[in-house]
Amino acid sequence: MDANDSPPARLGRFVEAFGSVTEAAASAREPHWMLAIRKAGLARFADQGLPTLRHEDWRFTNLAPIEALPFRPLPRPEPRAVTVADLDRLPLAGMSGLRLVFVDGHFEPELSRIEALGEQIQVCSLSQTLRTDGAWLEQQLASWHEGQDRAFRALNDAYCTDGMVLRVPAGVAVAEPIHAVFLSSGSEAGLASHPRNVLVAEANSQVTVVEQYASLGGAATFTNTLTQLVAGEGAQVEHVRFQDEGPEAFHMGALRAVAAGSAQLAAHSFALGARLSRQNIGLTLAGPGLEAILNGLYVTTEKRLADHHMVVDHAQPHCASHEYFNGILSGQSRGVFHGRILVRPGAQKTDAKQTNKNLLLSSSASVNTKPQLEIYADDVKCTHGATIGQLNPESVFYLRARGLPIETARRMLIHAFAGEIIDRVRCGPIRQALDRLVWDRLERDAQVRLDASRPHD
Amino acid sequence: MSTPQSTIDQFVQSDYKYGFVSDIETEALPPGLDEEVIRTISAKKGEPEFLLQWRLRSYRHWLTMTEPSWPKATYPPIDYQKIIYYAAPKPKARLESLDEVDPELRRTFDKLGISLDEQKRLTGVAVDAVMDSVSVATTFRKELAKHGIVFCSFSDAVREHPDLVEKYLGTVVPYTDNFFAALNSAVFSDGSFCYVPKGVLCPMELSTYFRINTANTGQFERTLLVADEGSYVSYLEGCTAPMRDENQLHAAVVELIALGSAEIKYSTVQNWYPGDKDGKGGIYNFVTKRGLCRGRGSKISWTQVETGSAITWKYPGCVLLGDDSVGEFYSVALTNHRQQADTGTKMIHVGKNTRSTIVSKGISAGRGQNSYRGLVQMRPTATGARNFSQCDSLLIGDQCGAHTFPYIEVKNPTAQIEHEASTSKIGEDQIFYCNQRGLSKQDAVNLIVNGFCKEVFRELPMEFAVEAQKLLGVSLEGSVG
Amino acid sequence: MRRAGEALAITMEDRLKMEPILDIRNLEAGVDDRAILKGINLTILPGEVHAIMGPNGSGKSTLASLLAGREGYQVTQGSVTYLGQDLLALNPEERARAGVFLAFQYPVEIPGVNSTYFLKAALNEVRKHRGLPEVDAIEFLSLVKDRIRLLELNEDLLKRAVNVGFSGGEKKRNEIFQMAVLEPTLAVLDETDSGLDIDALRVVANGVNRLRRPDRSALVITHYQRLLNHIVPDRVHVLMNGRIVRSGGKELALELEERGYDWIMPTEPVAA
Repeated sequence: MDANDSPPARLGRFVEAFGSVTEAAASAREPHWMLAIRKAGLARFADQGLPTLRHEDWRFTNLAPIEALPFRPLPRPEPRAVTVADLDRLPLAGMSGLRLVFVDGHFEPELSRIEALGEQIQVCSLSQTLRTDGAWLEQQLASWHEGQDRAFRALNDAYCTDGMVLRVPAGVAVAEPIHAVFLSSGSEAGLASHPRNVLVAEANSQVTVVEQYASLGGAATFTNTLTQLVAGEGAQVEHVRFQDEGPEAFHMGALRAVAAGSAQLAAHSFALGARLSRQNIGLTLAGPGLEAILNGLYVTTEKRLADHHMVVDHAQPHCASHEYFNGILSGQSRGVFHGRILVRPGAQKTDAKQTNKNLLLSSSASVNTKPQLEIYADDVKCTHGATIGQLNPESVFYLRARGLPIETARRMLIHAFAGEIIDRVRCGPIRQALDRLVWDRLERDAQVRLDASRPHD
Repeated sequence: MSTPQSTIDQFVQSDYKYGFVSDIETEALPPGLDEEVIRTISAKKGEPEFLLQWRLRSYRHWLTMTEPSWPKATYPPIDYQKIIYYAAPKPKARLESLDEVDPELRRTFDKLGISLDEQKRLTGVAVDAVMDSVSVATTFRKELAKHGIVFCSFSDAVREHPDLVEKYLGTVVPYTDNFFAALNSAVFSDGSFCYVPKGVLCPMELSTYFRINTANTGQFERTLLVADEGSYVSYLEGCTAPMRDENQLHAAVVELIALGSAEIKYSTVQNWYPGDKDGKGGIYNFVTKRGLCRGRGSKISWTQVETGSAITWKYPGCVLLGDDSVGEFYSVALTNHRQQADTGTKMIHVGKNTRSTIVSKGISAGRGQNSYRGLVQMRPTATGARNFSQCDSLLIGDQCGAHTFPYIEVKNPTAQIEHEASTSKIGEDQIFYCNQRGLSKQDAVNLIVNGFCKEVFRELPMEFAVEAQKLLGVSLEGSVG
Repeated sequence: MRRAGEALAITMEDRLKMEPILDIRNLEAGVDDRAILKGINLTILPGEVHAIMGPNGSGKSTLASLLAGREGYQVTQGSVTYLGQDLLALNPEERARAGVFLAFQYPVEIPGVNSTYFLKAALNEVRKHRGLPEVDAIEFLSLVKDRIRLLELNEDLLKRAVNVGFSGGEKKRNEIFQMAVLEPTLAVLDETDSGLDIDALRVVANGVNRLRRPDRSALVITHYQRLLNHIVPDRVHVLMNGRIVRSGGKELALELEERGYDWIMPTEPVAA
């Protein structure tokens, strides 16, 4: 439980690669303030290095395999043989509306679908915004404080290449969800991409954004993505992060969100892929009377690990936040959850609920969970709960007694368990696609059929 | 608003009723700690070589350790060289019977409501009284001996039952366990020892009463309790200290061992001096308590009511090694004024079908900070194990804090864990309802708090439960306007 | 008791012609070395409704659970034959598909599993077993609407998760509704009447009666006689301390209602 950082270890390759970034920045004629952010990021990273198991926030997630990887950032795009057909094979491909596609961290206009959404709404790539709207972007990037993701945030500052920039002006409602696909070509081990997304929904606007992370090849790639999200006063924002990278991939994701008064924010995290994934979710409720839902589902198999680390900061009174995270674990996989609700002095009438439920489907899967409350105001309603267990045998029996085969019974119950989370996605097409996907994945998972604990008759 | 006179009101004037200092001739070492001090303590107690060596190993290990920084508590650094590690009421001679106890000492314990006079005690409670670091009297020893039960001071146990001490000391809490356990292992001066033989159901409650008297002393007692197969024992501990402006360190270690089918019930009412309203003075209560359910079907139950101390740092836990063994933890922790408590439990499930229950009630008032920190661990071997945890916090006023930090680690899919936590305040409507029925605001608060804690009080032996309820009332004085 | 004897004689005759739907022979079973059923004999012929009555703890629910295949019970002796096959050799879903339906005493809530979806899956399993094609959505819907009216249930129920948020009465009616959709050969009603008010009781009984056919049977387990005013049984058996201590016609139930269970000496077992 030692909170001290360990001394930086084997950081050489993370620092050495920076030369290529400086060159690329010069040739792209990046504004000087951006280079300053990059340099500062590199310095901060060099100072602390990757967190180790001795760090309280990383006790169960060993980053040594990332350190052991080669580190190959791609400051400049390289030609990739990615086609629209490749994209069409991905889940969510059927969604209509805007689509921004990034390959190995670089925007691919050819693969993207950008129609004008009306003059006021800005949807474009970060690299483009650097050229067209630098001052605004600088202000956005500078306005962020570090959270629990500081090592990766520093690395992202140094190496970020591109990402989605969205700005919805006050009072505007965007009808269709905006879809960003971050594809990893998966062509070589250690290939690193650092997407940086800046999403701003101004007062009383409405928008749904989905970030999808997927791999084409099977190499041990490294994605370190960071999304900063601002929901203005009264804005209604739904954010979906759907992480479905290849079985050898490493995925570090951060969502840093600030919501203003009376906003409604729903942020969903679906972690279905990657060998090791971590989502750092930080939400600050910065105005009174807002409602936030943080919702997550992790499904792990084999030797994978999915980690969710969440901090909700109730800084203002009369806010409600509900956090629901469910995990389904089979094989020798591991699930890690850390949730902290912080209610600051004066944040009276806070209504915060947090649950983490885990389903263990095999004898070697394991779970570490820490649902925490830290409360400094008295007139609040805060609860949290965590459960870990197997499928309820009573429910399995009930379904079997109605004639369903045991596999179907188990799959139905597991699917229902996943459905608790999926059903909270408000955007219909995304919800339906995820529901289908999870059902199909369950069908493929042998452990769903197999009851690890005891032989059945 | 006129209010009926209640038991609570008796305490209004004297915030802390045990804050007096007794004038007893004391023998003490100068402040400071080195190997020489440890050798002196050991020599004074005439200890066998194995114990001295164990102390020295502990000390050397302690030197390599750093004070933990993770508890949610803030306090100025402790200067371990300014603490007196040994202070004892000066004995006239070795006591042959309780009648020979120094009358001033007797008066001290009488004042605390702990009579050392066996005839005067109405209920069958055997007491081991520990003043500063030394056991001064143990009642009912002869009566207990008839059943083969050993109940004596730790020093006596070292003299009379060195084999038992050597066999069990440090087996549950090794000196490497943590910073304060290492320190205790090096310098502990006394404490209680109890051994209940096979199949014996202890006929009376055993209790230890701890008292810090001398200024600037640390209290480092050590309790070792062994329940052999099929035996049962219920053990109580209570603690008080004078009001002083300096902080005093209390770093105790309690080890419990339950063999096959044995049951140990360990209850604590902790009322060390909490410091004044502004947080001046008070005891730093940094305690390591752990029970080992070694045998099949054994059971260890911890019940604690923590109302005192400036800072409380303790996690009475159970290692559930034997199949079908049971661990329980019932806790009420109250922080008022500027008190800080970081307390909870550890339930380590190793054996099959082991079960644990955790009920924690935290009450924060004034500027108190109250944290529940608990670990539930299901090892791969813990097939069919179950845990249920419930952590409730009650906040009184908007200057205090209530925090919950559970750690749940599961490596066996047949294990089932349920954890629930909630936070609430005393509702205006609840107080109004009580007011309307003629109760004062303070009485209403006490009533509601006692209701909130009922599940825990139920686990205490009767007379302790009454004391605990009164204590909560006193500790809550001035918490509402 | 004479009438009971006569009834038995008729049954003996029929036995020559008909294969029983359920034939329990000398069944002994228990949990963890504790004997609960101590030699049950019971034969149910096509078209018959049998009632099992008995005080709490007599083994009624154990019998129901055992017929449906709930885990945790050990059969130490005897046999259960269902339509000529060894019922105990089948797992719960095979029994269900073969037409054994248990209306649960405490239907479990299954959050997240939609009632319609669940029931359609169950019906198709049963149909598959009977060699019938799967029903399509429209056929299913019309069937369901027809049956849900029978039980006077709100159609909204179908949109909810299985048993979640149902009142006690709704849960019981939902069990009979499922039975009406699945059309089992042997329905086992485990204290379906407990916790029902008189109107719900009538509705449930009506549902059960509408499903009575010469080729189907039912075993109604109940503590009280009042359900049997509505579902009139052919035979009534009294189960006490793991044995059927008395069997008779429907009037036996009335006698029990009047005189309580105490007047039956549990020492004189009677073959069903």
